[in-house]
Amino acid sequence: MDDAGAPTARRRRVVHGVLLALLLLLPPAAMALGEPFYVSLATRILIMALAAASLNLILGFGGMVSFGHAAFVGIGGYVVGIAFVHAGDGSAFLGLLPGTTNGLVLLPLAMLVAGLIALPIGAVCLRTTGISFIMITLAFAQMLFYLLVSLRRYNGQDGIAVWQRSSLPWPIDLNDRVSFYYLALAVLVAFLALTHRLVGSRFGRVLRAAKDNERRARALGFHTYRYKLVAFVLAGAVAGLAGALFANATGFVGPSYLRWDRSGDLIVMVVIGGIGTLAGPALGATLLMLLEEFMPEALDGLVPGLGEHWKIFLGPILILIVLYARRGLAGLIDGVPGGALWRHLRPEPEPGKPPRRWRKRR
Amino acid sequence: MDGLLLVEQALNGVQLGVMLFLMAAGLTLIFGIMDMINLAHGSFYMVGAFLTATFTGLFDSFVLGLIVAVPLAAAVGVVVELVALRTLYRRDHLDQVLATFGLILFFNELVKIIWGPVPLRLTPPEFLSGQVELIPGAPYPAFRLAVIVVGIAVALFLWVLIGRTRLGMRIRAGASNREMVTALGVDIAPIFTAVFALGAGLAGLAGAMAGPILAVEVGMGEQILILTFVVIVIGGLGSIKGAFVGAVLVGLVDTFGRVLLPAAFKLFLDPSTADGVGSSLASMSIYILMAAVLAFRPRGLFPAYG
Repeated sequence: MDDAGAPTARRRRVVHGVLLALLLLLPPAAMALGEPFYVSLATRILIMALAAASLNLILGFGGMVSFGHAAFVGIGGYVVGIAFVHAGDGSAFLGLLPGTTNGLVLLPLAMLVAGLIALPIGAVCLRTTGISFIMITLAFAQMLFYLLVSLRRYNGQDGIAVWQRSSLPWPIDLNDRVSFYYLALAVLVAFLALTHRLVGSRFGRVLRAAKDNERRARALGFHTYRYKLVAFVLAGAVAGLAGALFANATGFVGPSYLRWDRSGDLIVMVVIGGIGTLAGPALGATLLMLLEEFMPEALDGLVPGLGEHWKIFLGPILILIVLYARRGLAGLIDGVPGGALWRHLRPEPEPGKPPRRWRKRR
Repeated sequence: MDGLLLVEQALNGVQLGVMLFLMAAGLTLIFGIMDMINLAHGSFYMVGAFLTATFTGLFDSFVLGLIVAVPLAAAVGVVVELVALRTLYRRDHLDQVLATFGLILFFNELVKIIWGPVPLRLTPPEFLSGQVELIPGAPYPAFRLAVIVVGIAVALFLWVLIGRTRLGMRIRAGASNREMVTALGVDIAPIFTAVFALGAGLAGLAGAMAGPILAVEVGMGEQILILTFVVIVIGGLGSIKGAFVGAVLVGLVDTFGRVLLPAAFKLFLDPSTADGVGSSLASMSIYILMAAVLAFRPRGLFPAYG
C-alpha cells in the first residue's frame, strides 16, 4: 500500500466496493445466463488471485523478488493430492499419517506444510539479496519440482487425478460450483483485508522500510532478516492454501504446478496488476487468465493455427509493459487527473536521476 | 561398482561441467558487469542448437553447421541487447526478470513456429561417432570427449582474454567498479555489447554441442539455465574462475549423485525403496550443495567484487 492521499483513498474504496459487488453478483448472473462454466473459471481466477496476492506480500511490500513462489502453490496442491491417494487405498503417508479428504484438516495442513517448507528455504535465500535471491528461489523451486517428479508412488511426472473433492462442513460444498466460488471469494477478500491491516501495522512498516533502505532499517535497530523471513513464510503458507484450493478446482495436481514458468506467471500477474497495491494482483490474475482462456480462440479466428502460439504476443507485451506502463492495472483505479493515459504510459524516471520537475528548478 | 565405471562417470560429470561452464561464463559476466539478470540466456542455447541442426542438415556437416550457427547465435544476442535489454540495465531486477521472461516466451514460441514442436535429432560427425579407449578396457564416446576438449579450450581462451588483453582488463574493471571505469573515460556501452555477444555465442556453442547428446527441443534452454544459476551462485557472481569451479563441481555432484546414491541406499534398504529414495535425493543433490555453500559463503566460493 503506497501512502495515497485522501481523495485517492476514497476513490479506491469506491472502486473496491464496486468490484466486490460485481463479484458477489457473478454466480447468479452466470447461472441465469445458462453459463455455469464461467463460475468455475471465475473460481480458478479467484484462487490464482489469492496466490498472486500472497506473492505481492513479499514482492510488492517486502521487495523480495521470489521466482519460486509456484513451489508453495504446488506443495499445497500435493498435500490434497497425497492425502487423497492414501485415503483411496487405505495406506498411510510414510507409514504414519492416514489419508483423508476432510477439508477442515487438509486446508490448514496445506498451509502448515507449505509454511514449514518455506521456512528453511526462506532462511537460506534471505541470506542473499538482489540477483542471487532471484536465482536461489528459482533453484529451490526447481529442486522441489524434481523431487516430486521422482516420487513414483505419486505418479511422478503424470501427477495425481484428485477426483474426490475435499469435504467441508455445511453450508460449504466444493462439489457445488457456486458454493466453491463464494468460498474462494471469501478467502481472497479475507486475505486482502489481512494484507491491508498487516501493511499498515508496525510489522508492515518495518517490511516496507527494509524494502526502501535495508541498511537504514537495520541501523534503526530492526532485525530486518526476521521480519522478511516471517513475511516469506506467511506468503508461502497462503500460496499453499491457494494450491490446495486449486487442486480441488481442477481435480488434478502434478509437478507442472511447480514449474518455473508458473512462478513467472505469478510475478507477471502481480506486476501487470499493480505491484504493491491491494487489488492489483487480483486484477493481474484476472487479465492473464482471461487472456490464456480466450486469446488462443480469438487468434485462431484471425489466422487459423495462430492460437496455440499466443504467447509469442504475450512476451513482447510484457516487455512493453515493463518499459512503459509500470503502474499496472491498479494505476487505472487511482486515475490521474489530466491526460490520464499519457501520464499512465509515461515511463518511470530512471533510478538515480531526479524527477523532471526537480531538474527544471535547478 | 568398479573403477572403470567410476572413471566413465567422472568423465560424464566433467563433460556436463564444461557444458555448464560455457553457459555460466557468459551469464556471470553479464551479471557482474551490467548487474543484470538475463533469463533469456537459455534461449541463445536453444537457438544455437536449432541453428546447428538446420545447418548441419543443409551442409551435411556438423562442424560446418556449428561454425555457421555459433556466430549467428551471437548475432541474435547482439540484436536482443540492442533492441530490448539495453534500456533495462538501470532498471531494478524485477523489471529485468519480467522483460527477459517475456523474451523466453517469445523465443520459445518463435522456435516452435519455425521448427515445429517435434524434437530434432542431431548426429555427431562421422569422425567423432565412435568410442575412444583412454584407459584400456574403458571405451568412452569420442564426441563427449571432444566436448570436454572444446570446453577446456574455451576456458583457456577466456583466461587469456580476460586476464591478458586490454578488452579483458576493461571487462574486469567494469565488473569490479562500473562507475569508476566510466569516470576514467572508457565508453562502456560497446564493452557491454561485446560481452553480450560473447556470452550469447558461448551459449550457442553449448547448445550446438548439447544437440547430439540431448534432444534438440523447445524448453531445453530453461533446463540448463536453472542449473547454470546454481553454478553461478556456487561460484560467485561475476567470477569466471568461480563459474569454472562451480560448473565442474555441479557436473560431478549431479552425475555421481545419480549413480552412487541409489547404490549407497541399497546397502541398508530393500532395492526398490533404495532406488526411490536414492533417485529422489540425487535429483536434489546439487541444490543441497548450493544451500551448503551459501550457508558458509553467502557470496559464493569466489565472489568477484564488493
